[in-house]
Amino acid sequence: MQQQILSRLTEELMEAEKKLMPMEALSTRFPELSVKDSYEIQLEWVKRQLKEGRAVIGKKIGLTSKAMQKMLGVDEPDYGHLLDNMLISSGSVLSRKDFIQPKIEAEIGFILNQDLKGPNVTYVDVLMATEALVPTLEIIDSRIEDWKIKLIDTVADNGSSARAVTGEPFREIEKIDLRTVSMTLMKNGEVTATGAGAAALGHPAHAIAWLANKLADYNISLKAGELILPGALSAAIDVGAGDEVTATFGKLGSVSITFQD
Amino acid sequence: MTVTNRSHVEVIETLLRAESDVKEVVKITDQYPDLSIEEAYDLQKKLIERRMDKTKSKRLGIKLGLTSKAKQEMMGVHEAIYGYLLSDMLALEWEPLQQHRLIHPKAEPEIAFIMGEDLMGEHVTADDVMKAAKYVVAAIEVIDSRYKDFRFTLPDVVADNCSSAKLILGSKMVKPVELDLAGIGMVMSKNGEMVATGAGSAVLGHPAEAVAWAVQKLALRNDGLKKGDIVLSGALSEAVSFDMDDTIVAQFEGLGSVTLSSRYVK
Repeated sequence: MQQQILSRLTEELMEAEKKLMPMEALSTRFPELSVKDSYEIQLEWVKRQLKEGRAVIGKKIGLTSKAMQKMLGVDEPDYGHLLDNMLISSGSVLSRKDFIQPKIEAEIGFILNQDLKGPNVTYVDVLMATEALVPTLEIIDSRIEDWKIKLIDTVADNGSSARAVTGEPFREIEKIDLRTVSMTLMKNGEVTATGAGAAALGHPAHAIAWLANKLADYNISLKAGELILPGALSAAIDVGAGDEVTATFGKLGSVSITFQD
Repeated sequence: MTVTNRSHVEVIETLLRAESDVKEVVKITDQYPDLSIEEAYDLQKKLIERRMDKTKSKRLGIKLGLTSKAKQEMMGVHEAIYGYLLSDMLALEWEPLQQHRLIHPKAEPEIAFIMGEDLMGEHVTADDVMKAAKYVVAAIEVIDSRYKDFRFTLPDVVADNCSSAKLILGSKMVKPVELDLAGIGMVMSKNGEMVATGAGSAVLGHPAEAVAWAVQKLALRNDGLKKGDIVLSGALSEAVSFDMDDTIVAQFEGLGSVTLSSRYVK
């Protein structure tokens, strides 16, 4: 795909986010766009964000559940970048007006205490390099109309990421069985979705190992101190003004966010 | 007759081909009856280097074999053996094993140590092992001798990297000092029927004793355990054969369970 078109699409995505006006799916307009093209758009987007003073604080992995992969017709996850202005503390209040069509997913964030570089990173390597686990709500918000996304749309749109709401880091990771750790997602006091750690590619640390190995193709490592989100533990839920959403992960703790008008 | 350098290469290639072609081969000692244990470890070292190169894998850790009195007596030896684990041997509880990639696999229930720091030296003790290990985890080791009918002498099995094929870890991690490792009970079932039971003490009296023995042996070859290494300390019961569509579950007191399932995928 021509560099010019990729640059234009990057700009359009930035505009859509700024003006909160969703755009037509890239995959409809340019059916010949490849996955590689869409990652190039994402990297170009990151570059421009950095120029505007943003910093990369971590990464997110998406499409880690069999159900989501089937829905988009893919057999591997995707990833996006987390920027400093996406990070929100648990208990904060957000305005619904700052989003286009937000949804929320609950994830177990990882903070690493050493860099990880593929290939051959195993999930055990990830566990050995983990400083803390963080109860996290990821707010996703597609810049594509009506969430009508194919793989290349969400990849170009930085994995549809919008915010990461984080709770207290939990450091005694041997106290958590990451495959069976529970997740209860409540909206306005009612249980809306449940899941367990294994929903993220079998084991959340395995999703992170996947990313470390994937990034090795681009000569990038996962960095100590970064927040890495390994994927949702249930389907995303819709959220609107007036909603209070809390995710509880058993011993690991909980995290919550409120949306106002 | 001893094995020359040239035949070293041949022996290694034969064993590696047996693994990649999933086809058993005759044991080395049929051709070289005088193969010594020391020479077998030389062969193992070269085999591991070649295998890492071929499969683009890295070192994952160490495994022990013949850690029970019964097995040592069966083989007529008084010592355990060790081999190397490589990253492509790490199988996942949530992805069935590909049965067609294995010759005649057997499952062994084991306690795995994950090392929190390097450990090296000829005088390392079980206490040192308990201190240097960060976690212990329930494990199933899949052994799959490259030799015909799983029959071999001690030098044969050492050269064959102690029959190592795959390992699967449970997801519960425990600090080693929080458990009485010798006293851990283990029940293994295949397709819902109990097939073996055992205890941590089956492993040279205490799994950490077995690991300490391995560290001492490794020191003689200028090697040791490294931070992040996974160590399979030895079987808590006899090995159990499995075939496609079998599911094996090993439950360990205080360590949870680990499941192996096998499927025929082509």
